[in-house]
Amino acid sequence: MSPLDIAGFSVLLLLGGALCAMLLSRFERLLIPAAFSLATLTSLATAVAGFLAVLQGTNNAATVAMGLPGLPFNLRLDPLAGFFLVVIGLLSTFVSLYSIGYLRAYRGKRPITRLVVCYLLFLAGMSLVVLADDAYFFLLAWELMAASSYFLVMYEDEQAANRRAAFLYLLVAHVGAIAILLAFGIMAGLTTGVASFSNYTFDAMRAGQLSPAWAGGAFFLAFFGFAAKAGVIPLHVWLPEAHPVAPSNVSALMSGIMLKTSIYGMMRVAFDLIHGFPWWWGGIVLCFGLVSSVLGVLYALMQHDLKRLLAYHSVENIGIILIGLGLSMIFTSFDFQSLAALALVASLYHTLNHALFKGLLFMGAGAVIHATHEKNMEEMGGLIHLLPWTSALFLVGCISIAALPPFNGFVSEWLTFQALLLSPALPHPLLKLLVPLAASLLALTGALAAACFVKAFGVTFLGSWRGHRKKEQIGEVAFSMRLGMLLAALSCLALGVLPTLVMGWMDTVPLKLCGARIATSAGRFGWLWLTPSSQERASYSGPVVFFGLIAVVAATYLLLHVRRTAIRRAPLWDCGFERITPRMQYTATSFAMPIRRVFGFFFSIREQVEVTSPPNHPVMADSLHYRLRVRDRFWNWFYEPLSDIAFWIARRVGRLQQGRIQIYLLYSFVTLIVLLAFLG
Amino acid sequence: MSTELVIQLNTLLAAMILLTSFALLVQRRMFAILHIFAWQGFFLGLSTAVIGFATGEHHLYISSLLTLVMKVILLPYILYTLIHKLKIHREIESVMNTPATMLAGIGLVIFSYHLTAPVRQLSTLMTRSTLAVALATVMLGLLMMVTRRHAVSQIIGFLAMENGLFFAATSATYGMPMVVELGVALDLLIAAFIFGIFFFHINTTFDSLDVDQMAKLKETD
Repeated sequence: MSPLDIAGFSVLLLLGGALCAMLLSRFERLLIPAAFSLATLTSLATAVAGFLAVLQGTNNAATVAMGLPGLPFNLRLDPLAGFFLVVIGLLSTFVSLYSIGYLRAYRGKRPITRLVVCYLLFLAGMSLVVLADDAYFFLLAWELMAASSYFLVMYEDEQAANRRAAFLYLLVAHVGAIAILLAFGIMAGLTTGVASFSNYTFDAMRAGQLSPAWAGGAFFLAFFGFAAKAGVIPLHVWLPEAHPVAPSNVSALMSGIMLKTSIYGMMRVAFDLIHGFPWWWGGIVLCFGLVSSVLGVLYALMQHDLKRLLAYHSVENIGIILIGLGLSMIFTSFDFQSLAALALVASLYHTLNHALFKGLLFMGAGAVIHATHEKNMEEMGGLIHLLPWTSALFLVGCISIAALPPFNGFVSEWLTFQALLLSPALPHPLLKLLVPLAASLLALTGALAAACFVKAFGVTFLGSWRGHRKKEQIGEVAFSMRLGMLLAALSCLALGVLPTLVMGWMDTVPLKLCGARIATSAGRFGWLWLTPSSQERASYSGPVVFFGLIAVVAATYLLLHVRRTAIRRAPLWDCGFERITPRMQYTATSFAMPIRRVFGFFFSIREQVEVTSPPNHPVMADSLHYRLRVRDRFWNWFYEPLSDIAFWIARRVGRLQQGRIQIYLLYSFVTLIVLLAFLG
Repeated sequence: MSTELVIQLNTLLAAMILLTSFALLVQRRMFAILHIFAWQGFFLGLSTAVIGFATGEHHLYISSLLTLVMKVILLPYILYTLIHKLKIHREIESVMNTPATMLAGIGLVIFSYHLTAPVRQLSTLMTRSTLAVALATVMLGLLMMVTRRHAVSQIIGFLAMENGLFFAATSATYGMPMVVELGVALDLLIAAFIFGIFFFHINTTFDSLDVDQMAKLKETD
């Protein structure tokens, strides 16, 4: 069986599973384990297919005579598609395992079938997006993915906020889809003319040559369309609305892999379909990446809803991926093939890593919400004793996303830095200015992300419980949920410790796209040391760091536990005061306050303090209310003017509507006469 | 009958149709409008029969019969009962500036002659000269709908437009296929029923059949 057969077969199984799930809707007790076991197995098969495709480094293509007559579906599995199949398959395996336990809580409260069917269709749609090899099938799969995820976001549809979030998501997704459609239209229409339909395949687009202006138009339309789906600032507004309201397994998939399909789309269009572009395209991608990463993490710092915070971090990480992609495009346009390969690998590696750790974090957040019934982290605290497994696994996710060794986030951000630091080789003066700025902003992003996850983990899991529920009601989550998270955490560790092997495996991707592979290892112990450029410049050894850290931790543990007196249990966070209540703890708001002050310009902040004093003592305070509202400035910078203009135009056009039949008839009459006079 | 005579006869009938169109445009009494409409249908049916006789296209006899039954008897009868039931047979509609409407109508006729000039040169059919009249009838029907305020006269304008289309079909290609004509006739019948129902509703809602009243339905901002 070729990898494409395996992938196609698993997609068929998913689609068939969706059909069967509709029939099985009576038996919910059976439906959940059956459907999600199927999803786990097919996802695993997808991952294996992708793995083999990348390993072999060859293209498998097939044509399926379905769809419209004369327009068959074209499928192709090349190393790039294979890599993204691995991303999709790996995370959806873990999330599907997790879902078995997670959805048990919904049973009896609301109908599960819709969720199961849409979930399976969503997985199938994402695989098909990556496998599609013609514009028609690609858009079909893209819409399948968008529509099914819309219903997943809408799952808890009794609240107006959820419906609004889902609508916003659908709106942005469709505006993006139109842009993508137009981009494909340009590429297909201008390469061989619009007369025949044969040029809708990607093969025809690859073969065609576009004039630079049209190529730019096609690329930027596609970039806009994919950026809307990826949540690049300023098109990110749907992300912090949609992710918190979706069920957590769905937000893990959406953030972890659905956003990545648009990265795939950008890479496919730029490197494969258009191939050959001026450097400033990459520069623009790089700038969008920088803005997204810095602003994404700043907005994340201001959030107190755990999933909203994670959603803004997706914006940040997409930014980091785009930095790598933009750099790779710049290097390609100046014919630095091995540097382009390095930047592309950094970008791809971060794609894989982000899928895993963000999936892990969303699963962790889902587990916390599942256990505490709270979404706001200010209402949590002290969960490390109540949910030991979840907190340990969430901590792994935090360390990974904060880019600390030995986990995977560090490796890919380090690679991105290496690519940035190699850019003095570039011949353009503007780039010589831009790239050091980019490096410093990326460093800032990393530091802020670390701060943000100190906040997220600290406020949620440390300290003492400040929620409304009784502490005793909170217990560790189901086994399958823990298993899903554990596997994701282990993959994070493996990708962080053995980057050399992973990069050796994925070398075929840059070889196909940039025409070069990168020498990842040097010396006798090749797998031990990761040296992306040369040994003198920089090298990193995951295993050495990992075992070093284990040694330090083990030594500290032994040191503390050998002497019985070394550990002293005391009230938490009381700073020497006595009788401190949980409400007096350090909060997330106060933690983020210095950053809110420093970067105040980026937010629209409304702060209110209300003091009521007793009538006889006007100076004394009776009660104190502090209200803080931090909003994204992009709402008033971009979207409010946009909607104002839309309404203004609508009112102008509304004047045509007179309400009198004769006037409407007159419109048709005049139209008829004019058409007859000029075209007759 | 010689071809020359047929052409003369057909042109005469076309002229009568055009005349009735202008009469519809400015007539203000309800029953009079109905009578003129029936006459227009009569001339149309006659003209179809003449063409059918001259060309040997015998299915045109069926069309002609259908036209006579539908447009001279059935539709006027339905509208007649409607006008009686709604008690509007005494109403006199206020028509917009009559001379201006007439002038606009004349302009439209000239415009249609101008439009069909290339067709007249290319076509070899004996009915080619009446195509302009057919187009003018369509446009005059539309003009009637635009200028009238009463719902019933607007419907008659619509039916007159349909007459024009039918005439255009016979004069351009010796009629549409039989199936299409049967379908159109059925459509018209159903449309007449639907109009009737709408008249009742408009009348009960607004206490009048003046369509200007419907401007009240517009959303205000």
